[in-house]
Amino acid sequence: MKLNKNFDRALWAFHVNTGSCNGCDIEIVAALTPRYDVERFGIKLVGSPRHADVLIMAGPVTRAMAPRIKRIYNQTPDPKVVLVVGNCGNTTGVYYESYNILGPIDHFLKQIDPDVKIVHIPGCPPRPEAIIEGAAKAWLVLEELRGEA
Amino acid sequence: MMDINDLYVRMLLGVLAMLAAVVVGLAYKGIDRKIAAHMQSRIGPPLRQPFRDISKLMQKETITPDGAVDWIFHGMPVIGLVAALLLVLYIPWGPLSPPLKAHGDLILVLYLLIIPSLAMALGGFSSGSPVAAIGAQREMVMMMSYEFPLAIVILSLAWFYTRVLPGSAPFAFTTMEAAPIWGLVGPIGFIGAVLLLLSLVVVTPSELSKIPFDAPEAETELGGGLMAEYSGRDLAMFYIADAVKGLVMAAIIVGLFFPHPLSPIVEKYYALPLIMDQPVVAWIIDGLFFLFKVFLVLFATVTTVRVAFPRLKIDKISYIYLVPVSLMALAGTLLLYLDTLGGV
Ligand code: SF4
Repeated sequence: MKLNKNFDRALWAFHVNTGSCNGCDIEIVAALTPRYDVERFGIKLVGSPRHADVLIMAGPVTRAMAPRIKRIYNQTPDPKVVLVVGNCGNTTGVYYESYNILGPIDHFLKQIDPDVKIVHIPGCPPRPEAIIEGAAKAWLVLEELRGEA
Repeated sequence: MMDINDLYVRMLLGVLAMLAAVVVGLAYKGIDRKIAAHMQSRIGPPLRQPFRDISKLMQKETITPDGAVDWIFHGMPVIGLVAALLLVLYIPWGPLSPPLKAHGDLILVLYLLIIPSLAMALGGFSSGSPVAAIGAQREMVMMMSYEFPLAIVILSLAWFYTRVLPGSAPFAFTTMEAAPIWGLVGPIGFIGAVLLLLSLVVVTPSELSKIPFDAPEAETELGGGLMAEYSGRDLAMFYIADAVKGLVMAAIIVGLFFPHPLSPIVEKYYALPLIMDQPVVAWIIDGLFFLFKVFLVLFATVTTVRVAFPRLKIDKISYIYLVPVSLMALAGTLLLYLDTLGGV
C-alpha cells in the first residue's frame, strides 16, 4: 500500500477504554483541549471507528472488553495504527497477573492481526505531551508503511 | 434546438464550475475551522486541512458493514455528491451567470437542496446500524422542520416580485439580480425582508447539519450518527458534498438578498474609467466581492453560531423551526404584503 504525505497530517483518532482506571483517559482528553490543540496537526477525535486512522487504547485487556476490542479493531478501515497509552496497556502495570486480565494490548492484538502497527506510550498516566509525541511516532509508523510501497 | 457548439461550451463551463465549487467549498471549510480555532484561542489546523482530509480518506479502505444494503449504502454518497454538484449549475456565482440558468429556477434549487440530506438519511438507514438509523430518523425530522420556513421565505420573495414587478420571472435569480429587494420595499417591507433574511440565516446551519443543529450527526452521543458506518471514499464523498452545499447555501442567500456587484461603485467613486473599460477588471472585482460576501454569510451563519452555541435536542430543533422561525417568516411575508398595499 502506498500512502502519500497527506495521510500522516490528517489522523483521525478513536478513543477506546480497554479497562483502564480512567487516569489515562483523562490525559488523552487533556491532550485534545485547546491548551494542547492537536487539531493544528490535523488530529481529530471522531465518534466512530469507521472514520478512524488511529485507535487510542488505554488500559489492560479485561475479559469483558476483549470481544469489543476485537470488534472495534476489525471495524477500523486499513491502514491503521494503534496507540497504546499508559503502563497498563503496555505491560498490564498495577494489574499484573490479575484474575480478570487477559494481558497487555499488544499481545492481544497480535493474536487478531499479526501485522498490527503499535506505538507504545509508557507512563502512569503519561503526560499529554507524551501522548502528542506518540501521535508523532504514529506518523513514523505510517512512513514505514509508505516505504514498504 | 440548442446550438451544438453552445452545448459544448455549456458542458465545459459546467464541469469547470463544479470543480471550482469543490475547491472553493473545501477552502471555505478550512477558513471556517481556522477561525473557529482562533475564537477558542487555539492555533487550529492549516487552511489546507480539508484537502488533506479528503486525500487521506481516499487512501483508506472503504468498508461495507455486515447487514448493510450494499447498493444503497454505496450509491447514496454518489447521489448526494451529484445533487450537490448539480446545484452549482443553477446558482449565480457573482459575475458568472449559472451555466444552466435557462433550464431551472428556485423551485428546482429547493428540490435539489433536499436530495443530499435525503441521500444521507437513506444511506444511514441502509447501513444496518442502529446508531445510524437513529441519526437518519433525526435527519428526516429536521428536514421536515426546516423545509417549511425555507419554502415560506422563497415563495414569499417570489410572490413579492410578481406583485411589484409584474411580468418578471419570479423564480429566477436574474430577477433579483436586476432589482435587489432592498430597492423595491418601503420601510415596512424593509422590516419584512429583514425577517425573511433572518429566517433563511437560521435555516442555513441545519441545512448543513452544523452545531447547534447537528443532532443527526452528534459525534458525542451517536458517534457520527448517519455517517457512523461510512468509511474511506464514501465518507470523502459526503465530506465534499457537505462543503459544496455550504458554498451553495451561502450563494443562495447572496443571490436572493445581496446580488449587488461592486464594480459600478468602484467605477463611480474612484473614477477609473480607463481600467474599468476592460470587462475583465470588472469581472475580477465582482468575482472577488462575491467570494467575500459568501465568506461573510458563512462566517455569520455557520462559524460564529457553531462556536457560540451547544447542540440542541431534536425536539427543540423541531420546535424552533416549526414555531418561532416559521412565525418570523410568516410575519415577514405579512409585512411585505402590507408594503405592496401601501405602495400601490
Ligand atoms: S497506566 Fe496508570 S493511569 Fe493509566 S490506566 Fe493504568 S493505572 Fe490508570
